[in-house]
Amino acid sequence: MNRTMEKLLKKPITATIVSIILGFIVAALILTAAGYNPLEAFGALLRGTMGRPKYVANVLIKGTPIIITGLSIAFAYKMGLFNIGAEGQYIVGSIAATIVGILCDFPPAIQIPLIIIAGMAAGALYGGIAGYLKARFGINEVITTIMLNWIALYLCNFISQIAPFYKTGTTGTYAINESGFTVLFSKWKTSEAAADFIAGHPLIGDMMRTDFNIGIFVAVLLAVGITFFLNYTAKGYELRAVGFNKEGAEFAGISVKKNIIHTMLIAGALAGLAAALNITGINPHNISHLAMFEQNGMNGIAVAFIAGGSPIGCIFSGLLFGGLLYGGQSIQYEVGAPSEIINIMIGTIVFFVALTKILPTLAEYLAKRGETNA
Amino acid sequence: MENNSAYAVQMKDITIRFGSYCALNKVRLDVKKGSVHAILGENGAGKTTLMNILYGLYQKDSGEISLYGKTEEIRNPSMAIAKGIGMVHQHFMLVENFTVTQNIILGMETVKGAGILDMRSARQEVEDIVKRYGLQVDPDALISDISVGMQQRVEILKALYRGAEILILDEPTAVLTPQEIDELIGIMKKLISDGKTIIIITHKLKEIKKSADYCTIIRRGEYVDTVAVKDVSQEELASMMVGRKVRLEVEKGPAKRGEVIFEVSDLDAMDERGVKVLKRLSIRVRGGEIFGIAGVDGNGQKELVEVITNLRKAESGTVKIHGREIQNTTTRNTMDSGISTIHEDRQKRGIIPDFTVADNVVLDTFRSGRFSSKGILNKKAIGEAAENLLKEYDVRPNGCKDLLIRGLSGGNQQKVIIGREIANDPDLLIAVQPTRGLDVGAIEYVHKTLIRERDKGKAILLISLELDEVLALADTIGVIYDGAVNAVLDRKEANEENIGLLMAGGTLHE
Repeated sequence: MNRTMEKLLKKPITATIVSIILGFIVAALILTAAGYNPLEAFGALLRGTMGRPKYVANVLIKGTPIIITGLSIAFAYKMGLFNIGAEGQYIVGSIAATIVGILCDFPPAIQIPLIIIAGMAAGALYGGIAGYLKARFGINEVITTIMLNWIALYLCNFISQIAPFYKTGTTGTYAINESGFTVLFSKWKTSEAAADFIAGHPLIGDMMRTDFNIGIFVAVLLAVGITFFLNYTAKGYELRAVGFNKEGAEFAGISVKKNIIHTMLIAGALAGLAAALNITGINPHNISHLAMFEQNGMNGIAVAFIAGGSPIGCIFSGLLFGGLLYGGQSIQYEVGAPSEIINIMIGTIVFFVALTKILPTLAEYLAKRGETNA
Repeated sequence: MENNSAYAVQMKDITIRFGSYCALNKVRLDVKKGSVHAILGENGAGKTTLMNILYGLYQKDSGEISLYGKTEEIRNPSMAIAKGIGMVHQHFMLVENFTVTQNIILGMETVKGAGILDMRSARQEVEDIVKRYGLQVDPDALISDISVGMQQRVEILKALYRGAEILILDEPTAVLTPQEIDELIGIMKKLISDGKTIIIITHKLKEIKKSADYCTIIRRGEYVDTVAVKDVSQEELASMMVGRKVRLEVEKGPAKRGEVIFEVSDLDAMDERGVKVLKRLSIRVRGGEIFGIAGVDGNGQKELVEVITNLRKAESGTVKIHGREIQNTTTRNTMDSGISTIHEDRQKRGIIPDFTVADNVVLDTFRSGRFSSKGILNKKAIGEAAENLLKEYDVRPNGCKDLLIRGLSGGNQQKVIIGREIANDPDLLIAVQPTRGLDVGAIEYVHKTLIRERDKGKAILLISLELDEVLALADTIGVIYDGAVNAVLDRKEANEENIGLLMAGGTLHE
């Protein structure tokens, strides 16, 4: 028995699952201490994420941007870089996407790619700044990206309050032109035929009440694409070599500096893409004055971390996260418990994932004890 | 053997595991009081582990330790020190910008009341020990200003100052010149005559013959034998260490020297702190010869390799292969010009430990048309190339191409590196410490391979801190001292004495 236990404990996925369970246990303790029934609360959470097709669609919508920023962070981490700047890259991506979306009005086949390219380019440029500073002057990317995040936040606040973008009487800009929308069936949804269809098809119809858009499909394709890129291309080989052993890669003639810049460009482009997909896919299709960070990049750190840096893993941890964020609201509605409980739970999960190094030690302890018993 | 007070140290049936790996299995050691006892074994055999247990750094899983016939539990180094055990590690643990005295008393400071250091009496004590054992060191010199040999004496003094009666020296000669080694042996003799006991960990047979009374051999964590050194030959010791018959001599015919292929002229370079470390260094290497660079560590060997491989800037001077200058270009350019390098730091520079063996085989060539096209890796071709290399160089374990290379032994990792670099078909092969950390069997293999490449007409530049290795392999020997190659000798004119003298900065004709 101990032998199987030992093997199981050494698998990384076990550690993640154990951490998630521990996170729920801690949340349950806190709920109980605050006078709420934890089972009721978790029931509400489950119903709030899976109870209706609409909820599922909203979980997917919530999960999409953080899956992609998670990919951005996981990707940079493969190169040994800690891209805290996904937040800022996301913000400049959304600024660029909004500006292009408002100023241009082409047919969707041109408009949508144009907006997405604008978002990616802005994010890439922003990530590239940190990459260049690291490669050229050795300035730590953690410091530069944190600072760049703040610059992005205030840039967003500035742009959203000036002509021709500012929409009087609101806190934000105009929405982008409709030709840039990626919400599925966005026009058709409001027609009469659609009303009948929605009434007649509860499952799909219910999903259509949301801003369900192409984003989640893009996210899944990206995760698969990045996995392929890292493992089957020469460039991916190079990046991984630098990430694992900078000195060794350098000695084999691989340029470390160039790869640092490339990595940050790609990571930034991913975060910018996440932003552009949200601008095109979700109401209100604009940017507005931000009092605080929206946490799309910061949550991506936790997503990448829980996924253990695996791109495919980011899909699942991103959805888990999206579920907790969206479903957490129903704990508040149904049980009356504050949604901060959800934040504590997420924090606890990340905390325990960070502690997973304990598990192999535990496995070794079991092995030793097993031997002395035998 | 029963516990006996004539023995300073007795370790019985010592077993220790790291995870599922059994590092030592029922190993025993009996060290007579007042003797020099060598522990001989290949890298990874468990010699240092055994001594770390004695010094309290590791806890044994089972077994018994007794000192002077009394069973003892040693749970940490402070307990070991309290019981009179001192250890000098292979890598010195000294504070660079402290003086000799400050380093010696560190952690054992003599204080007058109120925590004020009493440096005067501390210095006096240090001077007393220095005089008593003839360990000439200036108590007031800064560590950063004294030679490696001197630093080692400071480490020994540190142990003696803490009242060590049993002194463990881990690979004490690794960083010393032949002359310094002789001085160390002299110091050890003095300590013994004063009643101390010394245990030295080493894999160098010659030094065991010169300095030790007894020798315990350990092989792959198992006890092999304990012998009186005067009764056995070096060959017998080597066979016991490896477990089969080995040849210590390198077989090679005379060199058929060709044209000068590689030339370094008046090379200057700085280190990270802006200090000049290469000073008008010049060498010329011909095809078909092994040019050996002998020298004590830290005289510019590392920087020379870095300039050639374009990891470091040349301030002035040239590096030419086939007459074409390559200094201050790129690492890639060095390779493309026909220079392949086996780096001394295998783990750091030679391989990507977290890559598979196959991925490491193509580390310099994955971009070539053979292994990738349009940016997509050709996994099949990579796998085949890896399999061929593994077969040709007999890399163990069999069929390891998809395993992470970090799991392979040092010798097998080195075989992968050498195979990879030779597959590039270079005109100049640079081998830096190519046998560092390898066992006797693997060393034999590396040496044979280098000679085989030489006989194919390649130029080989061998840079080694092991003088024996340079003497065994090189056809021409250049001695590097303080950033310059001060003398170039034909192998026939070279011997341990004259090279040793040059390594220490001396000149031959005075």
